[in-house]
Amino acid sequence: MALLEVEDIHTYYGNVSALRGISLTVEEGEIVTLIGGNGAGKSTTLRSITALTPARTGSVRFLDQEITASQPADIVARGISMVPEGRRCFPRMTVRENLDLGAYLRKDKSEISSDIDRIFELFPRLQEREKQKAGTMSGGEQQMLAIGRAMMARPKLLLLDEPSMGLAPLFVDRIYDTIREINEAGTTILLVEQSATHALAVAHRGYVLETGEVALTDTSESLRTNTDVQKAYLGV
Amino acid sequence: MATFDSVMQRPVGPRGMTVSTIAAIAIVAFAIVFPLFFDPLSGFLGTSIQALAYVVMALGLNVVVGFAGLLDLGYVAFFAIGAYTTGWVMSGFYGEANIHVFVTSTVEALPGIHMNFLLVLVIAALLCAVAGVVIGLPTLRLRGDYIAIVTLAFGEIIRVFAINGPEIRPFGENYPLTQGKQSITPIDQIDLPFLEPLNSILSLRGYYWVILGIVLVCLFVVLRLRDSRIGRAWIALREDEVAAASMGIPLVKTKLLAYLVGGAMGGLSGAFLGPFIQVVNADQFAFSFSIFILAMVILGGLGSVWGAVIGALVLTFVNNYLIPDVLNGVPGALGLDFQFSDLGFGVFGFLLVIVMILRPQGLFPERRRAIELTEGLDGPPGGPPMGATPAPTTTRGEA
Repeated sequence: MALLEVEDIHTYYGNVSALRGISLTVEEGEIVTLIGGNGAGKSTTLRSITALTPARTGSVRFLDQEITASQPADIVARGISMVPEGRRCFPRMTVRENLDLGAYLRKDKSEISSDIDRIFELFPRLQEREKQKAGTMSGGEQQMLAIGRAMMARPKLLLLDEPSMGLAPLFVDRIYDTIREINEAGTTILLVEQSATHALAVAHRGYVLETGEVALTDTSESLRTNTDVQKAYLGV
Repeated sequence: MATFDSVMQRPVGPRGMTVSTIAAIAIVAFAIVFPLFFDPLSGFLGTSIQALAYVVMALGLNVVVGFAGLLDLGYVAFFAIGAYTTGWVMSGFYGEANIHVFVTSTVEALPGIHMNFLLVLVIAALLCAVAGVVIGLPTLRLRGDYIAIVTLAFGEIIRVFAINGPEIRPFGENYPLTQGKQSITPIDQIDLPFLEPLNSILSLRGYYWVILGIVLVCLFVVLRLRDSRIGRAWIALREDEVAAASMGIPLVKTKLLAYLVGGAMGGLSGAFLGPFIQVVNADQFAFSFSIFILAMVILGGLGSVWGAVIGALVLTFVNNYLIPDVLNGVPGALGLDFQFSDLGFGVFGFLLVIVMILRPQGLFPERRRAIELTEGLDGPPGGPPMGATPAPTTTRGEA
């Protein structure tokens, strides 16, 4: 049984079809990446999994339970957290308040504060800025905060939507190191990324999406050496 | 950055807490003895009572607009429902019925439905909470301006129902919904358990203390809510709905709860104003009243509890005392052929414009919003929203 099984989902924005039968699986402990160009349906796939834009047909199963028609809050409670595209930290809340909100569904107060300490260990920069408003921080720091905030829900599966977007190269490397660390500590990761180079370097497997469909799927190794992928996404 | 940080944090230190607690106790004590300084029937005391009733409404509207960020332009609907509740179950309006619940022997002899004021408060709050949810439901999928339009329409629908009430008789020929533009009057005087029934013909002090009590209860509830989990959820919702949903905040429940709390407070205030004003008619519930209450919340500072209180007090005194009583004769004395009260809303609008220019964050801004505005002024004009703009000091040397 895979941790996450997405089967033939079709998702629409109004009448516009965004996903045309996407199927994918994520096994426990893996890092899986979705790559593809603009409008390929990468973010929509994540929005369908988290029910922000539920799939119209098809099914999403998590831990062998149907979650296609669940509420977003229910899906977070089941153990899927998302780091949204563009980070979306609460700009007028402090770093700490943002992290607290990440644990919104949890009731175990003492565990929450020790988890915050763990996030601060992972991102010492956040501890320095604990009382600063999130909106006043740099893009890289906000990305750290967004990841930390999502981890506060103690997810089994972490969804990351374009974590490298708009970041300086140095920061991108640091974010990707952290993604690997989080995975090694036991969290499964589904990563959406335009920058295929970074994504394929860290992921175990990948799916290439084109116009709402899975064009290709393989291990990261093979995708990196695939000439079509190289031409289209790796700029080789 | 350090200096900026300390400026932001200054109001919350432990020392600040004790000072503000002492100040709060002093203010409450002053508010309690306040009516003793005035003649029991003085007009100023009457205006004060009105002002406190509007404080309750401003507190409620602030939950919806200030905390949860849902722009509600139809708040008058809750005033209407609350006030009509007193018309229905606290007067002789339904003369055919003979229902009396916990009322004095004098009232017992009157025809109509007469219930004890405390019971009426509960009924009004419940009705308005339900109405709040009903208006909330169609706005769940909407944002910003569209919510404003739906709520505005809701306020108008209630008013049209009130105007056409005499024709609406769902419970039988003798039970019209309202009296339309004619007043339902008199409403029973407030009668609290263990106390002499109040009589506004002899003294207004009792009414003052009753509404002060309601204000204090609402203040307590609103302050507790603000600092609770649900309060944080409201603010998260206001800041970024998608991010809030990704945190597991249930959007539907959270939004409806804001409408429910806001509506219930409007109902409490309406149910108090019924017996205080003694008349209920459809003309009291115009759209401009919604704007009046919203202006109080904005003047005080959106999202700020104390701001809502101050905003309501200031605007009520300007509108009900300063304009009609104090300044009314000024144009005449200058040889001009009009009265100041003819300008009513004009004066009022002018005042708001001045405040918005000189102090756009409101008189007592919420901490978060004050920061947003000052940073907006320091930042490049017309630049991207600040969520997307890293502060220069933090990016230096890192990006």
